[in-house]
This record gives sequence, structure tokens and C-alpha cells, in this order.
Amino acid sequence: MTKTERPLHIYLRKETLPTAFCPGCGLGIVSGCFLRAVQELGFEDLRNFVFCCGIGCTAWIPSPYYKADTLHVTHGRAIPVALGVKVFRPELRIVVFGGDGDLASIGLNHLIQAARRNLEITVIMANNMVYGMTGGQLAPTTPYGARTTTTPYGNIECPIDIAELLTSAGASYVARWTTAHPIQLKESIMKAIKTDGFAFIEAVSQCPTNYGRRVGFESPVEMLKWFKDNSVEKERKTKEGKIVVGEFVERQRPGFAGMMHDRKRSSVGSET
Amino acid sequence: MASFKLSFMQGAVACAEGAIMAGCRFFAGYPITPQSEIMEHMAERLPQVGGFFVQMEDELAAIASCIGASWAGAKAMTATSGPGFSLMQENIGLAAMTETPMVIVEVQRVGPSTGQATKGSQGDVMQARWGSHGDYEVIVLSPNSVQEMLTMIVKAFNLSEKYRVPVIVLTSECVVHMRSNVRIPQRKVINVVNRRRPKEPGEPIFGGGSLASVPPMPRLGEDFNVLMTGSTHNEFGVRYTADPEVHRKLASWLVNKIRKNRHDIVDAETYNLVNCDVGIVSFGVTSLSVYDAVKIGKQQGINIGFVRPRVLWPFPEEQVRKLAVNANFIIVPEMNMGQLVLEVERVVTGRCKVARLNKIGGGELITPQEILSAVKEGIN
Repeated sequence: MTKTERPLHIYLRKETLPTAFCPGCGLGIVSGCFLRAVQELGFEDLRNFVFCCGIGCTAWIPSPYYKADTLHVTHGRAIPVALGVKVFRPELRIVVFGGDGDLASIGLNHLIQAARRNLEITVIMANNMVYGMTGGQLAPTTPYGARTTTTPYGNIECPIDIAELLTSAGASYVARWTTAHPIQLKESIMKAIKTDGFAFIEAVSQCPTNYGRRVGFESPVEMLKWFKDNSVEKERKTKEGKIVVGEFVERQRPGFAGMMHDRKRSSVGSET
Repeated sequence: MASFKLSFMQGAVACAEGAIMAGCRFFAGYPITPQSEIMEHMAERLPQVGGFFVQMEDELAAIASCIGASWAGAKAMTATSGPGFSLMQENIGLAAMTETPMVIVEVQRVGPSTGQATKGSQGDVMQARWGSHGDYEVIVLSPNSVQEMLTMIVKAFNLSEKYRVPVIVLTSECVVHMRSNVRIPQRKVINVVNRRRPKEPGEPIFGGGSLASVPPMPRLGEDFNVLMTGSTHNEFGVRYTADPEVHRKLASWLVNKIRKNRHDIVDAETYNLVNCDVGIVSFGVTSLSVYDAVKIGKQQGINIGFVRPRVLWPFPEEQVRKLAVNANFIIVPEMNMGQLVLEVERVVTGRCKVARLNKIGGGELITPQEILSAVKEGIN
């Protein structure tokens, strides 16, 4: 096999491959979209990128597979760890990878606060609508009625719309796509990386092992087809019961770390 | 010319100023009584010295951002009180596991739960040592004066940088709100320790391997391709989730880098260990009453000796053992229902009787008279 056949391997710690992801998992697509975005933006390596991740399958995308600095921390706390890095070293590009359990449940407060602060980081949330790593329990993103291992009689909770939530919280860039939209997903990730503010990508992603099997999908391919048939672009009028995809917001606001460094420049020397 | 400047200040301010002297340039905190004065002072001072202050959304985020900042190259600190300290425990474990230097100031207040939020206590002695799950060791310091608060924060940072371990400064409401004259040493006479950095990629950056000394710590963004994880890992940060041997090596390293350096870390004020009839082991604000009890006792012909751990964990075993050999009995006054006394009993192992003197609630201090009464009761 020649090098050109696997152009993304330059970003990976090859000795750690193959990945631990289940056959048919959507995380390979999410990771591929991210690395293609990095490549199309012209980054020859992941130097000056720092990846922060918490706990769950998605957190394994960068750790240990990306050849870069990775901080693999506690469940839900990747974003505050990222804040510490970004504030102290604003020249570094920080990307947080997390699942819906990590970011939209145990770490949701940090996600909202980072959007509110407009912290200059990129957050990529793979939303598989379930706790995959722990065996398929209810998540705050699980669709109404779905049977999971902890909702054996069907989910009575309403799923949260994180993209809308972060749009109102003040994020600079928010987009949602599914793993059935790899081109759009990659292009949005490129925009997110270039955003000088809080950028959030929600990638609705299939978990064939611990979600698909339980709710009646026969294969990962079926799940992807379902994503395709049941997603609707944000601009469309009828959205009832569909996954709304597209860009939710794109705006310019001063970033948190940037403002903090501006203040530092004006305060240094005022010591008496 | 004097090598210090005299200044009248509060314990909380001494804490913040000491941190800045030690090189702290990142502070993240969350408001909680009776800690808030520390973060308020940091909010004012850090931007003046080129540092960063962030008020986070909770204590979980406060300690997490310190861990991030530490890997980014900062000397980082957070401060909290009881309930916030409980919230921080998981990430204290992460900092210990990933050998992340940082300082956590814990201003003890009456617990459990919300307890008496504005009142001082010494109820978190064991939590400071054992609070997070699993096998690890941290270093815990305990100042008893405003002056010591200033110097001890510097020491906390130095130990943290040297051993790559989170260091807890276990103080209490009383010490943080106390005001007194403080000698602020000149910058040039302050000993400041900085973490060792690896020279090139490929060196082990965590313990648990063949290294006998504390490994160097890289800064993010300098081509080291740092793999840092709270999972069990080898000396290069590579995760091993099932291999028992890798975990044994790592956990032994985390515990032994403190235990085997006891001689360097342990620090206690001792008085009259050899000739005393009665011994006292006491720390923090309670030890101030011990000083008076010793003086008054002397006037009354009672010969008291004491050990005051400045470093609570690891515990000054040799000093307390020495006290136990000579004293007829040891009293352990503390503002809790009996915590440090358990360690004293363990160390004394029957060499002499160990008595408790406990007082809780309302932030009331143990008085010299109460200590003397306990001493007299023991003699009779």
C-alpha cells in the first residue's frame, strides 16, 4: 500500500491503529471529516493543535489516535480543561471531541458557559443519542419513546436540542450534520476551525452496537439511510420529527481569551 | 537593609500574594464562603503581573481549568471551602494520576454539607488525604498564621513543581480572616522551584517506568505530542486499561514518590520533645492555643512538649514517635470529632496513652484553658 492511498495517516499515531471503534460506528466518519478539514485547510500536521476530551467513545477519536497533544480528562470536564489551556496559551488551536453524554449531560453547564463566554475553541460533539461506551443507556439526546437499557418501557423524556441551545447561548458558529452528510460536515468543520470564537459542530452519528440494534435497525447502513431520509435542512418549513441540519449561526463576537489578553496588556505595569 | 517589607494584611491576601511570589499566573475559582477573599484578591492582582484570573461556573470547572493551564505551562492555583472541596475531589485524582502540579487552597468550614458556612473548622483532615478514589498520595500543608500562609503557599508551589503532584493547603476560616503584620521577603531571597522540562520528544514524561526520579513535564504546543490521560498509562502516557502490571507500577509510583521522599517533604515545628511529661500534637489555628497552654503550663510547673505538623500529609511520624517515647500521654486537640488523632494513635502504637480534645460548631476555637484542663485531667 502506498502512502498516497491513506493520506490522512500523516495525522495519526499509526502504531495505535486499528481503532477500538465497533464495526459500522459513525466515529470513523466524524474523525475522517475532521482530518480532511484539517488537510484542506493546509495543515501538514497537528502541531499547535491541542485536543481535549472527556470520557466516552468520542473522546477516543483524538486519544490516542491523533499525533498531537491530547489531554484525556474526566467525564464532562474537557471544556474547562480546554479553557485553562486557551487562556494561558491563546496561540494554540484547541479542539474538544465529546459525545452527547459527555458534553450534553454531565458537562452541559461547561458547554453553555463556553458558548456564552465565546471561548475560542472548536467543540465537535458526536451525538449518537445514547451512552454507547457503558452499554446503551438513556442520554438527554435519546429520542422520545426509544427503548434503551435504562428505558425498557420507552423513553418518556424530551431530547435536548444542543445546536439551538448553544446558538442562543452566544456561540460564534454552530452547525449540525449527520454522518450521512460527510461533505457538509467537513466543510462546517473547516469553518469551525477558522472561527475566532466558540465554534460548535454537532455530528449526529450512528451507534449500531448499543443503539441501532436495540431500536430495530438491522445494520449501520440502514441507520445512515435513515439519517439521510429523516434529516431536513434548516431553511425548510416542515421540520416536525426530523433531524434539522445546516448552519445555525455564524457571527462575530469578541472572544474570551482574546479579551483577557487585551486586558493583560493594559494592566501590566499598573502594579504599585 | 532589611530583606523584607513589613505589611499588615489578612490571611487571604497573604495567600494570594504568596502565590504570586511563587510564580502563580493562573487562578480559577468559584465563589464560596469563607474562601472568596482569596479569589477576589487574585482577580485584582493577577492581571497586574501578567497572569490570568477566571471565575468559573463551578468548582469542577475551576480545578479542571487549572489542570489545563498547568499543562499549558502555568503555575496554577484554585481555592475553595468544604462543599467546593468535595466537588473537586474527582479532579484531584486526575491531577494526581497525570502528575499535574497545582495548588489547591482549602479553607475549612463547619460541615458536613452546608454546615455553618461562615464558621471555621478542622473537619477535612482526612478528606484532604483520601478524598479522591483509588491509590494516590498528595501533599497537604497547614499554616497557623498569616505570615506562614504567605511562606507556605510558596512552599506548596515548590513541592508541587518538584514532585509533580497536586498540593493542598489546608487552612481554615480563622487563619484566612486573621490579620497581622507580615514580613514580605524580597523577591531575590525567595526560593522558587520550577518543574523540570524534557529536552526532546521521546523521553518518559510520567512515572511508573524505569525512572527513579520525578519525570520532566513538557509544555503543550512544543512538538512533544503529549498523551495525557486519567486512565492507567505507561511512562509515555500510553493507555493500558487491563494490564495489571502497568497499573501496579503506576499506582506504586504515585504513592512512593511521596512516601519515599518523606525526609524531604515532612516538616513539623517541635518543642521540648525529650524532656516533656505531656505531649500535644496540633496543627493550624488550634496550635496557636497550644503555644499559650505551654507557657501557662510552665508557670504552673507542667512540662509540655508538642509537635505541630506544618506538613500534615505525609505525617511527621518520627517526631510524634519521639514525643510518645518521652511523654506520659499525648493530647490531640482538633476542631473536629477526632481525625488527626487516628494517625497519632497509629504512629504511637501504644507507646503512651493518646487522648482526644475535640470541639466543633460555631467556629469556636479550642482555648488554652481547655487544653490545660485536658492536660491536668490526664495527669490526675
